[in-house]
Amino acid sequence: MPRVKVARKSTAIDMTAMCDVAFLLLTFFILSAKPKSQDPVKAEIPAATSISTIPETDFATILIGSGKVFFGVEGDDVRKKTLSLMAEKYKLTFTADEANAFSGLQSFGVPINQLHQLLAMSSKDRASLVQPGIPVDTTATNELFDWVHSARLANKFLHDKDLKIGIKGDSQEEYPTVDKVISTLQKQRVDRFNLITSLKTAK
Amino acid sequence: MAELDTSGGGKHKGGKVRTKKKNTRVDLTAMVDLAFLLITFFILTTTLSKPKAMELVMPDKSDTTKQLPVPETRTMTLLLGSNHKLEWFVGEPGKTKPAVIGYSDLRKTLVEQDKLIKDSHSGQGMIVIVSPSDKSVYSDMVTVMDELNITNIDQRAIVKILPVDIDLLKRDNLY
Repeated sequence: MPRVKVARKSTAIDMTAMCDVAFLLLTFFILSAKPKSQDPVKAEIPAATSISTIPETDFATILIGSGKVFFGVEGDDVRKKTLSLMAEKYKLTFTADEANAFSGLQSFGVPINQLHQLLAMSSKDRASLVQPGIPVDTTATNELFDWVHSARLANKFLHDKDLKIGIKGDSQEEYPTVDKVISTLQKQRVDRFNLITSLKTAK
Repeated sequence: MAELDTSGGGKHKGGKVRTKKKNTRVDLTAMVDLAFLLITFFILTTTLSKPKAMELVMPDKSDTTKQLPVPETRTMTLLLGSNHKLEWFVGEPGKTKPAVIGYSDLRKTLVEQDKLIKDSHSGQGMIVIVSPSDKSVYSDMVTVMDELNITNIDQRAIVKILPVDIDLLKRDNLY
């Protein structure tokens, strides 16, 4: 009596489709990933129920943390133009290399006379440096005022759009620092700005 | 994963010597492993919750022509003190009795007072003055503005704190 042979099946699975899907997803995630910007100071943003999103362009962020103020504006071209306007105002000169380094800076917080040193650093050194913050006080002629003003001019000049300003403050920041920033903005008649918040989750 | 060879071997009996057909299939296991590893990495590193923005409109200081008189009976003043506590009163400072509450009770108070004022002022809403003291923190201010947004009280302003108000906060150990 002949034995009934069970046909041996191959255990190899066709991985082509799986591979396709995996790489498709991978491509999607790589393309949608935005390099995480490293803030020069840790700021835990407060939660609120507001759901409007932050614009990607024509936007400047004032970061407030540990009593210090940092400034950053979106767009490499706007940053370059802002720097040249500031250089003009403070009678300083920046080399092309320095301008390029500046256009890659997401956010910075040094007085303008220390900007040369900051730009000369490598990005690794810059990340570990404790920046002193941009000088700000209640008078109309502080450096933050000029930075915001220059950035607004630069944005209007390059994109013909009004620059929107966001304040990203640390939750535990004491109010006087925030007040100084707000009054600086109000000095140049910026009465509308965005407070950057995280979405409050339902309790 | 080892691929089992079930093609039956390459024994050629007698006949012509054939060149052995090579398997064109490539083992994709390693490639898939790598792809999924990278996917996992990118999924974990992408920030899912993007920060949101809350619009804040401050009164225009330079325009003094359009100032309306504010009836004191309709104003509610919130003084933000230390330790995440705030003090509120309706009307003029010093004349009405202030109360100290925490931020969790703020919404209830706002709704109650808004209703009281609407009832007594033929539907006109409450005007809220927010005065953050130097001892309050940024998140307090954001919380108050958020509560005002939730309760739909759009007549509000952030006003610099007065010395009278600071004295009040000091009395209640919130400064």
